[in-house]
Amino acid sequence: MQVTITVNGQAVTREIEPRQLLVHFVRDDLGLTGTHWGCDTTQCGTCVLWLDGVPVKSCTVLTAMADGHEVRTVEDLEQDGRLDPVQQGFMNEHGLQCGFCTPGMMMTARWLLDHNPDPDESTIREAISGQLCRCTGYENIVRAVRWAARHEAEAREPEPAAAAGVAGVPAQSAPTGAGEAEGATA
Amino acid sequence: MTTTASPAESTGAQGAPGTTAQRMSPGGNPMGFGRMLRKEDARFLRGQGHYLDDITMPGMLHAAILRSPFAHARIRSIDTSEAEAHPNVRAVITGATLEGLKLAWMPTLSMDVQAVLATDKVRFQGQEVAFVVADDKYAARDALELIDVDYEELPPVVDARRALDPDAPVIRDDIEGKTDNHIFDWEAGDSVLTDQVFAAADVVVTQDLLYPRVHPAPMETCGSIASMDKVTGKLTVYSTTQAPHAHRTVYALVAGIPEHKIQIISPDIGGGFGGKVGIYPGYVLAVVGSIVTGKPVKWVEDRSENLMSTAFARDYHMKGEIAATRDGKITGLRVDVLADHGAFNGTAQPTKFPAGFFHIFTGSYDLQAAHCKVTGVYTNKAPGGVAYACSFRVTEAVYLVERMVDLLAGELGMDPAELRMKNLIRPEQFPYTTKTGWEYDSGDYPRALQKAMEIAGYDELRREQAEKRERGEYMGIGLSFFTEGVGAGPRKHMDILGLGMADGCELRVHPTGKAQLRLSVQTQGQGHETTFAQIVAHEVGIPPEDIEVIHGDTDNTPFGLGTYGSRSTPVSGAAAAVVSRRVRDKARLIAAAALECSPDDLEWEQGRWQVKGDPEKGKTIAEIAMLSHGNLELPEGVEGHLDASVVYDPPNLTYPFGAYICVVDVDPGTGQVKVRRFIALDDCGPRINPMIVEGQVHGGLADGVGMALMQAIAFDPDGNNLGGSFMDYLLPTALECPSWETGETVTPSPHHPLGVKGVGESATVGSPPAVVNAVMDALAPFGVKHADMPLTPAQVWRAIQGRPMRTDLAVT
Ligand code: FES
Ligand code: FES
Repeated sequence: MQVTITVNGQAVTREIEPRQLLVHFVRDDLGLTGTHWGCDTTQCGTCVLWLDGVPVKSCTVLTAMADGHEVRTVEDLEQDGRLDPVQQGFMNEHGLQCGFCTPGMMMTARWLLDHNPDPDESTIREAISGQLCRCTGYENIVRAVRWAARHEAEAREPEPAAAAGVAGVPAQSAPTGAGEAEGATA
Repeated sequence: MTTTASPAESTGAQGAPGTTAQRMSPGGNPMGFGRMLRKEDARFLRGQGHYLDDITMPGMLHAAILRSPFAHARIRSIDTSEAEAHPNVRAVITGATLEGLKLAWMPTLSMDVQAVLATDKVRFQGQEVAFVVADDKYAARDALELIDVDYEELPPVVDARRALDPDAPVIRDDIEGKTDNHIFDWEAGDSVLTDQVFAAADVVVTQDLLYPRVHPAPMETCGSIASMDKVTGKLTVYSTTQAPHAHRTVYALVAGIPEHKIQIISPDIGGGFGGKVGIYPGYVLAVVGSIVTGKPVKWVEDRSENLMSTAFARDYHMKGEIAATRDGKITGLRVDVLADHGAFNGTAQPTKFPAGFFHIFTGSYDLQAAHCKVTGVYTNKAPGGVAYACSFRVTEAVYLVERMVDLLAGELGMDPAELRMKNLIRPEQFPYTTKTGWEYDSGDYPRALQKAMEIAGYDELRREQAEKRERGEYMGIGLSFFTEGVGAGPRKHMDILGLGMADGCELRVHPTGKAQLRLSVQTQGQGHETTFAQIVAHEVGIPPEDIEVIHGDTDNTPFGLGTYGSRSTPVSGAAAAVVSRRVRDKARLIAAAALECSPDDLEWEQGRWQVKGDPEKGKTIAEIAMLSHGNLELPEGVEGHLDASVVYDPPNLTYPFGAYICVVDVDPGTGQVKVRRFIALDDCGPRINPMIVEGQVHGGLADGVGMALMQAIAFDPDGNNLGGSFMDYLLPTALECPSWETGETVTPSPHHPLGVKGVGESATVGSPPAVVNAVMDALAPFGVKHADMPLTPAQVWRAIQGRPMRTDLAVT
């Protein structure tokens, strides 16, 4: 069967098997391998992407069900060469180790901050509780989301010293940027 | 809350000249040790990681494995005709096919053999029976349904404690003359002396303890892509492996392919934790599939396959005994272990040590005598043994001693912290030789325990607990103090399959002063690309952003045994330091030639060689690199270019340690345990990148909470795996984990060139007993002394009722 899905802002039309899972469509047909898979039973959350603006586990959606809908994946978080504050937060707070759960975690975190710009620790833990991470023990993921919330708040009410953290860091320089300057541990 | 050692302590044995104030690189990174954001994050954050299943090759086919539904059955026949007739199927391979190729059996890392595909019998549920190669993964799965296997069911051996019964079915009748399920007996320590110490003791406490079977369950499952080029004879294998070089040698031995024609590439790995050390049948089958079809073949297991067939850990049934004087001096420790290794002994461990490093079980205590005996048995379960961040079974050892010490404290009516403090090895006793032969390199244990207790507010917690008990609330405080032995290991003592555990390392400084470091170890999330660049920056003064760390490709890196057992920093980290010093020493000779002075007149300062007393005159490493590649006349015996290589053979293991305190609240009505606080004080020597070290500790703590409270793979009487999906095998989420509180002391290793010790597994090893001790402490008013992990609500509730269950068997 044929589907047309808007993926990261671009409409794509493909011939698919009706039984195909959305995670396989995104990874295998479109080559967007930032979305991962890690289980057979909808438990791990490494496959989380947005369907019509809501985080879903894409291993539990048929591609056919996404026909005519909008999908957003981790590849779309970076805009115009600038990392999303959530991405910067994960880097600054060491919110990732192997990186396998990270795209799914970041997609959920982005959605959370869009709907609750100042989530406390327990709200963040609740929000990511449908997703597993085997490396970080979650602490630094929580800190990463708090980092992003803090910096987004500062960007909304710019204070001279703080605003640079979000808007001013070009993506390329970020990975080797000075840790202490931006990454005070919570 | 973090306590930090004073700078004087933390620079103790960094060894390099010129380690004065911290300098920053042009990229804003520390020129050496210090918090540095990770280089590898750039790709992971953008969804640009390159994990196994992200890789495709032209013409690549997809494979799937048919697995046994039975734990023990004879295969009468296999009919593959319908599967072969499927229009998208390219090959169906069975044990019979492999027998023709002499590939039906492969050696395990413990000198046993394992069936690649079953020929005669299946010996565990989930065992590999047939392999289908098809155009796409959906078709490969479809074809599995079309294979018809006729099984004759046999009685399985499920309970390890019955495996040696005279009437137990013999699992390994493939081994000639085998009439029982016994694998090995192994012992360490002095049994006669230990008996004497026990006979003379005022108090002896005995307890049966089970460390249940668990699975590391990294978020990425295992997989492999094999491509055999028939023209060149070159085999390229992309594989989720923590030990690419060792795998290359094993492929050569198994498949008879010349080793120089094999390239193993380990791409980004989505977590390993020991589960990606071994070679699995699927990897070998992908190679066979590629040889048979002439195309690249990808095989990736699904989660159920991962949980049912790959590397298990633990499964130790331990009978522990501890002896002490009435006033709380521990005198002896004795343990008898029954080790369930499953159907094939696939344990990855140094050859001389069939029980891994379990004989480090005397832990952190100074006692008079100790003895352990370990018996390994076959059962109808997936092959396993070591694996899962256990430092070669130090996990089981620490659990044993830390539970026994707590039980002794209960018996003596002593506070467990006081009992530990009284028995810890004293700082002046290092280097300390244990009663089973380990030589601990360095430590200050009382200081670590003291600091952890200060962070926790231990006395205040005990007061709170007493008040709560008055009100009928059940709060528990649990301690553990662990010593690990990591960094395997000295070649003369340690090898795997005859391969000594030394690591190669190469440093190449390019003419413009940028460098490449080639490592044999392979990161699975530990941040090697950052940490190892920091080591070189520390030693040679090249900014870490100018150092590319190359790893995970056997054609482009020197030989070494890989990353597991927390060995990367102790072994390859030392190799990186030594190779950097070789470059620095060579640079000195070249600088002296350029400056027309004697090398003795130069001193190493701030990343450059300069003339003593005339610091204006000097050469940076970048300048020396260019000179070394140019036409400067070099002194006698000095070759051009600025490269070096080394093979590092560690003189001893390193011995990190730590003091952990866990605080729990238990609801006696439901049996629910809530971990309220967890304080982890770790001493792993100086920290190259404290951010990464803390991250390693956090991850291990979550593992510890998971194993203590949730994770276990049990089997029903028919041998059905009861933990075959994430619906049944429960892993901790953000809700089960508290906000970790960490601390540190810094005691350098005297024999490591950087003074550092490994840390990757410390928290996984050290935390489970702290959690269990806390829950038992909470349940003390009910008279509960012990219940085996995992302390699920059902288990806690049953413990309160006085009938805790065996967590390795299904409860009917
Ligand atoms: S792949 Fe595990 S939840 Fe989707
Ligand atoms: S970073 Fe490895 S699973 Fe989360």
